[in-house]
Amino acid sequence: MLTLLGACLLALLGLSALGVTGRAPRVVFLGCAAAAAGFGLAAAIALTGDGMAATALPVGPPWAPSLVALDPLSAWFLLILAVVAVPALLFAAASPAPPPAEGAAFPLFLAGMAAVLVAADGFTLLLGFELMSLASWALIAARHPTGVGRRTARLYLAFAAFSGLCLIAGFALLAPAGLGFAAIRAAPPEGWRAAMVLILVLLGAGSKAGLAPFHIWLPLAHPAAATPVSALMSGAMVKVALYVMIRLLLDLPGPAQPAWWGLPLIGLGAATALIGALRANLERDIKAILACSTLENMGLIVVGLGLALVFRGSDLRPLASLALAAVLLHALNHAGFKTLLFLCAGAVASLAGSRDPDRLGGLIHRMPWVAGCAMLGAFSAAALPPLSGFASEWLLLQSLIQGWRVAEMSIQLIAAGTLAVVGMAVGLAAAAMVRLLGLVFLGRPRTPRAAGAPDAVGMMRVALLLPAALSLLLAVLAAPMLSLTGGAIRQLLGANALAPVAGFDLVLGDAGARYAPWAVALLLALAVGLTWLAVRRRSSLAPTREPAWDGGFMPPPPHLPFGDPLSQVSAMGLGQPIRRSLGRVALAIRERHYPAMPGDPATATLRVDTEDRGFTQMLYPLARLRRRLSRRAEALRGRTLRINLSLAFGTLVFLLALVAWLERG
Amino acid sequence: MVVFGGLITQLLHLALILAGAPLLTGVVRWLKARLMGRRGAHPLQPWRDILKLLRKRPILADGASIVSRAAPYLAFGATLLAAALIPSFAQGMLLAGIADLLLIAGLLALARVALALNGHDAGTPFGGMGAAREMTFAVFAEPALLVCVMVFAVLAGSSNLDTIGAVFREGALGLRVSLLFAALALVAVALAENARVPVDNPATHLELTMVHEAMLLEASGRHLAVWEMQAALKLTLWFALLAAIFLPFGTASAGSGPLLWSLGLLFWLVKMGLLALMLAMFESAIAKMRVFRVPDFLGGALLLALLAAALIFVSTGLA
Repeated sequence: MLTLLGACLLALLGLSALGVTGRAPRVVFLGCAAAAAGFGLAAAIALTGDGMAATALPVGPPWAPSLVALDPLSAWFLLILAVVAVPALLFAAASPAPPPAEGAAFPLFLAGMAAVLVAADGFTLLLGFELMSLASWALIAARHPTGVGRRTARLYLAFAAFSGLCLIAGFALLAPAGLGFAAIRAAPPEGWRAAMVLILVLLGAGSKAGLAPFHIWLPLAHPAAATPVSALMSGAMVKVALYVMIRLLLDLPGPAQPAWWGLPLIGLGAATALIGALRANLERDIKAILACSTLENMGLIVVGLGLALVFRGSDLRPLASLALAAVLLHALNHAGFKTLLFLCAGAVASLAGSRDPDRLGGLIHRMPWVAGCAMLGAFSAAALPPLSGFASEWLLLQSLIQGWRVAEMSIQLIAAGTLAVVGMAVGLAAAAMVRLLGLVFLGRPRTPRAAGAPDAVGMMRVALLLPAALSLLLAVLAAPMLSLTGGAIRQLLGANALAPVAGFDLVLGDAGARYAPWAVALLLALAVGLTWLAVRRRSSLAPTREPAWDGGFMPPPPHLPFGDPLSQVSAMGLGQPIRRSLGRVALAIRERHYPAMPGDPATATLRVDTEDRGFTQMLYPLARLRRRLSRRAEALRGRTLRINLSLAFGTLVFLLALVAWLERG
Repeated sequence: MVVFGGLITQLLHLALILAGAPLLTGVVRWLKARLMGRRGAHPLQPWRDILKLLRKRPILADGASIVSRAAPYLAFGATLLAAALIPSFAQGMLLAGIADLLLIAGLLALARVALALNGHDAGTPFGGMGAAREMTFAVFAEPALLVCVMVFAVLAGSSNLDTIGAVFREGALGLRVSLLFAALALVAVALAENARVPVDNPATHLELTMVHEAMLLEASGRHLAVWEMQAALKLTLWFALLAAIFLPFGTASAGSGPLLWSLGLLFWLVKMGLLALMLAMFESAIAKMRVFRVPDFLGGALLLALLAAALIFVSTGLA
């Protein structure tokens, strides 16, 4: 096991060195795919058999060697990493050669994520986390030497530095005795130290996972990178942050933490889910839509994590394992369908030439393979039975419904309110996915480029079919997959906790609710098939084609072979009902209407500017504060020598007084 | 024997709802016409329409893809499966074990998504507009439905519809204010889901007001027949759901024989007739609301559901 993991990590470092030269990018990507598959293999071995106990490496910081381990929790997330990385890297190998910096940073990005997951001490975990952050920044920056993309990369770097700092502080508070996980578990934090750990982890790992209000970088940074990188960031990197959250909140501080620990997670998760799902309905870039959907899914997962903490603190172990199972299963399902959707979006962007839905449309005719895969992924993301997203969201909704079993009325009310918000987010996600499919794949082409787009072939098609097949498998085999998490659930909730599984069904122990994905898939296929047969028996005439009724518009002139583009709904138009009814929850919206004066031949226009409230209410005030402070500091330079000297002297006196006070205390 | 009885009731139930769905739509239309002082079409008219449509050659729009041809069957299959899970005259049907309310909500969402994609498929302005509005309404209807499920789960201990029906039929719970609120919320959701009057007008083809019909504008022939059948089945499904939860009296319990089944059938027909009459009266009495008032309407339903949940928590907390 150690040899396998070590070989994969060393291979990644070697491939990174090869990537710097810029030669043989396909070899680099295929090698990375092999290494990722190796991680997946190690994870599968650890999940089905024995993991790897904490092992000291010959390298490490001067005070202690680095420790690595592969327990069931690490193995589950390593599996998620492999699930995302293998198709993404195959897609990268099928794409045109990237800039050399990308070839160098890609293996490091993978290695960083794997290092976080196998680390068994704080130092190695933080090292991996920083490597992951820096490598992913390099991957964004490599594509954008200048311009808006570069500013996005800088914003991302600032948030990454912030989350790294918070995590370092969190570890410092968590581990006064030693950084090894075993040492931390032996001396769990209490009182104000525990509360600070909760806050710092929520700030650090939460901002990496895209929790509100630190979500603003995610819908900008994820789409800015190349498609395989976007898939890895949205499918795997946020899961690594989730893993850090689980490790630092559920595992290391021990089982004695109070129930209210879960409440901030539930609140932030619900807010993130709602904001992400709302923005997914309003974005005008297909990759940004998917990034916002990632926000929504991470929000749902964090709600589940908060519920697990609440239930564990209230001594309701079976319900805690239900919520935790929802978290772990949804993390895997989301990895599957989000990778699929991002790779489909990448295929559309590279083959049809645009990520703007207003320049696409009707692609199902020219790209049936991509369209089919995208539909599968979108149906999963919309949580439609019997696909994979539904199974895990069923578990999550059931655990929210079971929130009434907590004796405290305040928590019961919070559960009901969260259920409403989560329900809204799920409905919004379905609306966003319908909008995405409708704009990109259905209807008429909006540009000639979209009308002539070729389908994905060769390795690109394989890279799409791989996660598609996986999503289908996960849909039907949700229960057997979930039983693999039994080890992780026992590890976090005690030896007699069980995954909510019976055979091929998901079941709630005492409540008796049951979801059998295989039966639903079978019955649905039966119902659809029999209906089709019955209808076709009575009605066998072949359909004919006629022009659609275009809502009373004039027939298009001959130079518009696909009809008048103005008579088809646009991305903004489709988002309009949701923007007007809910948009202000997440966005600062400015709508300006310029009506045409009577007799004026100019067209009436509607201008809509939207900005995330995270910018208007957090970042802009911060930036203003920084500007004001720096102006104050600048003003010092114009002072006379006497004032400068007295300032220096005053500072010295203050520092000496501080030292004296600290020495005494 | 129990399994056999379950199978028989399941098959009878399927035949009943399939045959009865268009009839129910016809009855509602006939009642509405009578209430408005018209003679109204025969209640069998929807069945005649469907059979006529099946004989016609379907015409597809120029830009239509496979979605237009597959979506009706997918939506119908999902609705049929959801309807098969909701007990009508007897409980303990074969599929009672998986008759989870969340699954029913999920299957309805699947049918809704298929319908919305059908609206997008031809690339016409009305189809897209209708699809956007339909999905927006669902955003508000879904949370109200989920909170109602929570209320039932608190009272019955499970989100399984069969269990809920059995517990509520025992009558041990008595009349509760929270159930009244949940019933109002669920009725509002049902009106929105079925595109009935305050939300959408099923009788209109006026472009500016329509939602449901806008997505079917390009459907014809057998595709339109399947869509019409799906809409009728959805109405039956929601009536049956309301009856199964709030009017569970007279339903044959699991493992009972043909005598109790026929009694249950009689009760069920009376309940459905009652609900049809209430719908017809409601629709005749009020006007359709503006599209952007619908979120307020459904938001009110959500608040009622949350109030129901809060009342239950308070009452169980005091008890």
